[in-house]
Amino acid sequence: MGTLQSLSDEPEYRELAEKTGFSFEQIGILHKRFKQLSHNENTLRRADLDTIPDLACNPIRTQIIEAFFDKRNFHQNGDGTVEEISFEEFLVVMSHFRPPALNMTEEQREKVRREKLRFLFNMHNTDNDGTITLEEYRHVVEELLSRSGALGKETAKGIADAAMLEVASISMGHMEPDEFYEGITFEHFLKILKDIEIETRMNIRFLNMDTTTLCNRDSSSIR
Amino acid sequence: MPAFSCAFPGYRRDLLVIVFVVFVGIGLHVEASAPAYPSHGTEGSHLTNITNTKKTFPVLAVNYQHVRKPFEIALWILLALLMKLGFHLIPRLSGVVPESCLLIVVGLLVGGLIKVIGEEPPVLDSQLFFLCLLPPIILDAGYFLPIRPFTENVGTILVFAVIGTLWNAFFMGGLLYALCQIESVGLSGVDLLACLLFGSIVSAVDPVAVLAVFEEIHINELVHILVFGESLLNDAVTVVLYNLFDEFSKVGTVTILDVFLGVVCFFVVSLGGILVGAIYGFLAAFTSRFTSHTRVIEPLFVFLYSYMAYLSSEMFHLSGIMALIACGVVMRPYVEANISHKSYTTTKYFLKMWSSVSETLIFIFLGVSTVAGPHAWNWTFVITTVILCLVSRVLGVIGLTFIINKFRIVKLTKKDQFIVAYGGLRGAIAFSLGYLLSNSHKMRNLFLTAIITVIFFTVFVQGMTIRPLVELLAVKKKKESKPSINEEIHTEFLDHLLTGVEGVCGHYGHYHWKEKLNRFNKTYVKRWLIAGENFKEPELIAFYRKMELKQAIMMVESGQLPSALPSTVSMQNIQPRVIPRVSKKQEEEIRRILRSNLQNNKQKMRSRSYSRHTLFDADEEDNVSEVRLRKTKMEMERRVSVMERRMSHYLTVPANRESPRPGVRRVRFESDNQVFSADSVPTVHFEQPSPPSTPDAVSLEEEVPKRPSLKADIEGPRGNASDNHQEELDYQRLARCLSDPGPNKDKEEDNPFMSC
Repeated sequence: MGTLQSLSDEPEYRELAEKTGFSFEQIGILHKRFKQLSHNENTLRRADLDTIPDLACNPIRTQIIEAFFDKRNFHQNGDGTVEEISFEEFLVVMSHFRPPALNMTEEQREKVRREKLRFLFNMHNTDNDGTITLEEYRHVVEELLSRSGALGKETAKGIADAAMLEVASISMGHMEPDEFYEGITFEHFLKILKDIEIETRMNIRFLNMDTTTLCNRDSSSIR
Repeated sequence: MPAFSCAFPGYRRDLLVIVFVVFVGIGLHVEASAPAYPSHGTEGSHLTNITNTKKTFPVLAVNYQHVRKPFEIALWILLALLMKLGFHLIPRLSGVVPESCLLIVVGLLVGGLIKVIGEEPPVLDSQLFFLCLLPPIILDAGYFLPIRPFTENVGTILVFAVIGTLWNAFFMGGLLYALCQIESVGLSGVDLLACLLFGSIVSAVDPVAVLAVFEEIHINELVHILVFGESLLNDAVTVVLYNLFDEFSKVGTVTILDVFLGVVCFFVVSLGGILVGAIYGFLAAFTSRFTSHTRVIEPLFVFLYSYMAYLSSEMFHLSGIMALIACGVVMRPYVEANISHKSYTTTKYFLKMWSSVSETLIFIFLGVSTVAGPHAWNWTFVITTVILCLVSRVLGVIGLTFIINKFRIVKLTKKDQFIVAYGGLRGAIAFSLGYLLSNSHKMRNLFLTAIITVIFFTVFVQGMTIRPLVELLAVKKKKESKPSINEEIHTEFLDHLLTGVEGVCGHYGHYHWKEKLNRFNKTYVKRWLIAGENFKEPELIAFYRKMELKQAIMMVESGQLPSALPSTVSMQNIQPRVIPRVSKKQEEEIRRILRSNLQNNKQKMRSRSYSRHTLFDADEEDNVSEVRLRKTKMEMERRVSVMERRMSHYLTVPANRESPRPGVRRVRFESDNQVFSADSVPTVHFEQPSPPSTPDAVSLEEEVPKRPSLKADIEGPRGNASDNHQEELDYQRLARCLSDPGPNKDKEEDNPFMSC
């Protein structure tokens, strides 16, 4: 089934491959998964992703699902959210998690790094005002610690505040006591995370493996 | 140290060190030959009593035999450490030559001295090596193994360790056998099995040597963990191959069954070792759960359980090294959650100390043994061995990387491969294994000579040149970065994100299984192994608390926050809106509490008593100087201040804060200005520019790191502890009107500087 499908969708796949950098097999596998998640429709909705059992115990599942429907991640300079996405948009979001190629120049690596960090930034910056404010950051930390019950709520605030302070110290250096640090801009975000090698960390292995067995297991729980 | 270098200029200093070496060496020898002296002491007096002849009572007598063994051991260790000390006094030397080389040279010198004088120099006894010298180094390595890079690369490491070592052993053994067949070499008596045995001994990368050299070059984490992990994990392969070929060469023939059994043996040895280590690790973790009342012996549990794991697995001929590593890795997260901060520091320093001493002794003995050991030199054999070592290593690494890169997300570059290949040093394990060969092996001396030559070559040539090569090739170095809360948050965020996206992909990958393991750990394992309620504490919080604790300790010790970022950014800049009003009455209460607490602490410090069962902070014992009191007061002030503010105070280091202009939206603690001049009781002023928006913006409540271990650190005078507790409750009651209460309001607030 897989090979037959890929043959028939060749020209489409080529365009997608060029756009996102995936190989044909990977696109084929992801297409299979897309169809399975969307129950063979052409578009995917939030509810479809909600039903994935693996995501159930993930503390940041809402943010992850939101990220798929966030137009900023579609590389089309869009804005806001959509209710449903096509396979192409699904693929574009997934392409943020592709590992960088082996022989990349420093410039290309930098570009990849920026792209991935931009994805993270968009996840935090929910109101799309260009900065991550203290409230948004607190929300992030709270979500992360949401699994730990009441213990987390108060400390989350403390941690978020400390983190914000750190960012401000690193990026602004000296501030008058009267000045107000509006929020973390993208450039500051880049600066504080430059020591995490994001281009090597934020990757998923898109193996060229047949996911039919996994598909069946998942589909039985979805249906 | 500076005094020494000032007093003695340049070459004189070097001369002095060398003379020093010679003297100590001779001294050592003199002691070694001292057994010739009979002991006069008791015998003499008995005789005099019996014969009744009047002799003078022996006021001073020499009885060396009595103390001989420990004396010599202590002297050797002292020599080793003095050498180590000496090297670091000579600045240029330690920068160019790695310490291991210098120590071997010292060993050579000492061995030479002893030989010249005519005595028999001691050889590195294999039993001593494997049972006493090796375990501390491995435990140190295993306990502090960086888990994240290790588990991310475990596949690669295993491939290098197992397949790489096998390749090395067979390649070398086979080619050497081929060499021995050549008539002109004159070694036609050597059979295949002996060569393979030799190959298996020489092929293993040695953790001690790798540690010694890599520690000094600060290479990037990936390459470091690859070489290091390989050197640790190849022990299983070495053990199996060694025993296998040893057995076979006695018997003489090999059948297919034997080979099959060998493979099975490999799995048994490695998995068995890991299992034994894990069992002891869990035992240690479980024991540490109950040590809250006997903190002093906590580090001992760590050491003893690990050592038992090592000995137990050696008893069954399993891989002792893997057992030690497994034990350290398994017990660490739980033990660290349970033991006190002091015990943690003690464990860390003892491990570092022992492993340092062991390493030094090993290298010195290696040098001495070289001089001592019986040698049989055969140019061709030895030279070929050295060359083959290099060649097989390079070929192995290149070939394996080619295969591995197909499966890795982050590929290994050529530079990485080069360092991995070049960093494959051989060391004392190979020598000891060679030494263990029974004397009936006719090639034993030749093998020993060859092994020593290989070790010397790798340690000296490769060890010395790797640093300039790393510079030359501009290999990525390790980043010296402070732990940053942002990085920690995002690391955890990334973990969850990637797990989630893997879920969306339907792909059960790396992160999925990691997540499963974490969940299992949290629900079942931590419950049993971590004392108190803290097994629910997520990593991020634990990390944050640890960081706060560290900063607080540093702050009290040095008087200011050692922040690398001189910045005047403070919490005001981030959260200008603030402050609920504090009523007069509440202010008074706060002041009263602070005053009484200060007094309490003054009293506590005077009434400190030292007992063997409870350890108090040595600082407190030294006692009340004005400086101490000031620091205590600073600590008190810290407790009053807002939790977030703490960071801002220390970052800003205010010398003279301008007085607040009315209407400016700021909160000001008078304690701001008094952080370093604590003479008056800190007062708390609140300027109220606007109605309170978020009550939790200012929190009087002290969220001091509530590591479970700290709370139980209050031993000894229980009375004082409960006073403290009472005050903490007071604090918290007060604070509640200003903010949400902290999570652990029922637990004792611990003051790590006061009560321990």
